[in-house]
Amino acid sequence: MPAQNEKPKYSVDTVETAAGTPGVEQPYEALGVKPDEYARILEILGRRPTSSELAMYSVMWSEHCSYKSSKVHLKQFGDKAPEVDFLLVGPGENAGVVDVGGDLAVTFKIESHNHPSYVEPYQGAATGVGGIVRDILTMGARPIAVMDPLRFGAADAPDTHRVLPGVVRGIGGYGNSLGLPNIGGEVVFDSCYAGNPLVNALAVGVMKKSEIKLAQAHGPGNKVVLFGARTGGDGIGGASVLASATFDDGKPSKRPSVQVGDPFMEKVLIECCLEIFAEDLVVGIQDLGAAGLSCATTELAAAGTGGMDVQLDLAPLRDATLVPEEILMSESQERMMAVVTPAKVSRFFELCEKWDVTATVIGTVTDTGRLRMTWHGETIVDVDPKTLAHQGPVYQRPYHRPAWQDELQAAVPDSLSRPKTGEELRETVLRMLASPNLADKGWVIEQYDHRVRGNTVLAHGEDSGMLRLDAESNLGIALATDGNGRYTKLDPYTGAQLALAEAYRNVAATGAKPLAVTDCLNFGSPEDPEVMWQFAEATRGLADACLVLGTPVTGGNVSFYNQTNNVPIHPTPIVGVLGVIDDVNRRTRLAFADEGDILLLLGETRDEFGGSEWAHVVHGHLGGLPPKVDLERERLLAEILIAGSRDGMLSAAHDLSDGGLIQAVVESALRGGLGARVVLPEELDPFVALFSESAGRAVVAVPRSEELRFTDMCRFRGLPVARIGVVDGDAVEVQGQFSIPLDELRRAHTGTFPALFG
Amino acid sequence: MARVVVDVMLKPEILDPQGQAVQRALPRLGFDGVLDVRQGKRFELELDGPADEAALARAREIAEKLLANTVIEEFTVAFDGASSPAAQSSAGTVASTAPAAG
Amino acid sequence: MSLRIGVITFPGTQDDQDALRAVALVGAEPVALWHRDPDLHQVDAVVLPGGFSYGDYLRAGAIARFSPVMESVIAGAREGLPVLGICNGFQVLCESHLLPGALIRNGGLLFVNRDEKLRVESATTQWTGDYTAGQEIVIPIKNGEGRYTADPRTLDELEAEGRIVVRYLDNPNGSARDIAGIANPAGNVVGLMPHPEHAVEELTGPYPGPATDGLPFFTSILKQLVAA
Repeated sequence: MPAQNEKPKYSVDTVETAAGTPGVEQPYEALGVKPDEYARILEILGRRPTSSELAMYSVMWSEHCSYKSSKVHLKQFGDKAPEVDFLLVGPGENAGVVDVGGDLAVTFKIESHNHPSYVEPYQGAATGVGGIVRDILTMGARPIAVMDPLRFGAADAPDTHRVLPGVVRGIGGYGNSLGLPNIGGEVVFDSCYAGNPLVNALAVGVMKKSEIKLAQAHGPGNKVVLFGARTGGDGIGGASVLASATFDDGKPSKRPSVQVGDPFMEKVLIECCLEIFAEDLVVGIQDLGAAGLSCATTELAAAGTGGMDVQLDLAPLRDATLVPEEILMSESQERMMAVVTPAKVSRFFELCEKWDVTATVIGTVTDTGRLRMTWHGETIVDVDPKTLAHQGPVYQRPYHRPAWQDELQAAVPDSLSRPKTGEELRETVLRMLASPNLADKGWVIEQYDHRVRGNTVLAHGEDSGMLRLDAESNLGIALATDGNGRYTKLDPYTGAQLALAEAYRNVAATGAKPLAVTDCLNFGSPEDPEVMWQFAEATRGLADACLVLGTPVTGGNVSFYNQTNNVPIHPTPIVGVLGVIDDVNRRTRLAFADEGDILLLLGETRDEFGGSEWAHVVHGHLGGLPPKVDLERERLLAEILIAGSRDGMLSAAHDLSDGGLIQAVVESALRGGLGARVVLPEELDPFVALFSESAGRAVVAVPRSEELRFTDMCRFRGLPVARIGVVDGDAVEVQGQFSIPLDELRRAHTGTFPALFG
Repeated sequence: MARVVVDVMLKPEILDPQGQAVQRALPRLGFDGVLDVRQGKRFELELDGPADEAALARAREIAEKLLANTVIEEFTVAFDGASSPAAQSSAGTVASTAPAAG
Repeated sequence: MSLRIGVITFPGTQDDQDALRAVALVGAEPVALWHRDPDLHQVDAVVLPGGFSYGDYLRAGAIARFSPVMESVIAGAREGLPVLGICNGFQVLCESHLLPGALIRNGGLLFVNRDEKLRVESATTQWTGDYTAGQEIVIPIKNGEGRYTADPRTLDELEAEGRIVVRYLDNPNGSARDIAGIANPAGNVVGLMPHPEHAVEELTGPYPGPATDGLPFFTSILKQLVAA
């Protein structure tokens, strides 16, 4: 039995009591509510809040739930949104929804679960997956895949050995049990993430366009049903909410601050919900994520007819000793809330019964404009739900460009010593290939199921994750996530644009047309004006780039306070791009496929090493400017890659990014088991040609018979194209410089992770 | 009410990588001289009725049928907090029988 | 009249859709069965698919084995009904004692999802007639509890009676005698850890190929049933 501290005698803090006892001291600061925010609550209610109401305001107005520091900047995604006709649901709902054709809609979103994953890697990562999957489910979709962009401290740091394996097992443990294929993501190491690993989780789902569900409570008299897992003390933390705490020893009662997930519960919940949706049994639905019941009730109530009455004591509990404040703050997983017309309630319950899912009517929709909650008959909450859900504080955090930014940008990598001879280049290639960020991630990937549901066309190891949506039409979607913290630190505006450009390029390289964006913005403290400047610049850059490329942001997440001892992480905006492909059979892999295929380099290569993997690995250097971004070039490149794929001109395509050209060529050679004889363009210095990270580039392999047609298309459209070699042999040979057998390359590439993580 | 504890362990001849992983980790944490670790499961059953031999027998049946896979696991059954040799000896270990044929 | 092959869904089952698809691909009629069904709806064969039935709580397959539908499966199997258990399905078959031995935690302790090279040892079971003995195939595995174990006497018996159906060429989890799949004496009940239903289409099967080495599991049973 878990030890429990002495619990003080609990007395219900009702609305009536609150109205009559204005002077009572409430522990609002301990709950994270600022004095001015508390004053505002007093103003809104015309009295002091009950302890239950205070609990709700404290969670709903927290940074995580209210986006108070980021709202003013995120507004740009709406203001600068490109005009498109395929956006069915935009930012503001649980997840964005996009029309992909063929009567189908796709919903996708990315979220963070960073801090919990540092505390408890397995459960933090697991519940991160659970949470984002529920967001997708709530839109009325069947979840069909997940992806996980991850960032950790240095690969050989002891704490990374605590965190990484737990996170990977947690993602696999939860996602695999849900029956969702994991089709992509990244694993990146940098010492800046040492105390603040980033565990971002993306989920995607599909439904018929006509079946989109929204989080609204309409129709007075309709029932509010809480279903799924029972409510326990997960996620509450040590703070007490009680208005008058009369503890014997002054210590608050212990409650676990880590949420623990049960993927089996979520799996049956998914199947149960889908059957409920198929029979059109709900008017509105919301999942219980951060801020649990507080969030679900207020958001449903605020978005619908306007009011809701809830009998909180009816909520099924795992722990009978929980008091209302705790129930309202609980973040127990695998719970949903639905609004159901009285006529459909019994069928709703039948389906829950079939799947053994606990379901309870806990309230009714009203038209009073108030959210009212009772506890055994006494009113403990009586608020206008809009004040909780939509009228939270909006901060205009001060920001300024850091004093050190100029110095950082002036510290260009030009004078770092470079490999010159063929032998030195050869050595550098192998060293880079084996470095943790560029090494093969098989050790991680093999812990994920990428095959379940039988619709995975491309997954890890390819440029995008691609899924077949329709077996008759072969319609498919592709997803890619990217985000380079080093580039963004050097120049947040450009870095954010490069993140979008790379994910966009990745989707196009597999033959899919990029459509829409989701983003997870991972930054330090918004109370630090330098971090806030990074945030302001990054959001501005991303919004501007989305407009140029015609890909709107459909939703996303902000994670602030990623810092330890006042040292923030590199600003890391992770961008996910969703694309669509008419016929998945035409997708392009990155592996070299046939001997004799011609290798072509698309785009322009410049001497650009600011923030590069080479400067990082060989010299531990971060300085200068990130590669130039040219969005029109990215758009053109994408169009060519998609056309080439669709018209069967390409046997392979791979975008260039971290590690430059040689990294891409080696990856394609190893995956296809075929070597390459490369002849570098004469006008480029060999080192620059091989390792520069200039954007807007890709390498493609075309059959000889297609070379002219393809290069003509490039020249006609104004895309620089250069022949750089041929697929041949069992080594990667760079003429005049070096030759490395595939076996040696493979050993270097695949040896690192097993050596690090066993 | 009878509280019965069922301890289920892998049979000694079955390789236990989880136990081994724990054993390997201990020296790193400064614990030497741990020669072996085996990991098992503990079930706490609350049965209605008195805490008598019949309750133990019921628990044994439950263990045999569900809690343990007798192909690879063995179990012991005892009253919770039982310290008397008499209570322990009647629990005993169910010897593994020949594995069921296909 | 087309042959009916049932695929059972327990709470937590995941690869049922893929098994149903494989059945349809070879031209049989896929029949979805629910764990609470009191009978098998006159199917000609049954597949117990992969997944995490009941969350793998207690032990993988330990709870699913007591489902109402399993009573019919066990009774049917004893009468010669062809039953194929894949991954979690194999675990259920062992827990039900329709097959000997048990599946336990992978030796490396990690979940492994990989395209695995296997050798078909027996082409005389009802589910492997379309292979030839000794044929090497590629089929994905994805499990955390895939290590086959049994006492030496049982293992010797399986070998002697030719009841080892598939073996790993590169043992990924410490399975005894590299066993990936086995059969009952009559050859109508087969259990295997690899997932043939994930190797039935060029588009989604193992890459680099071959991508469709799993199809013969499903074509074999059709031929069996037609001949019967």
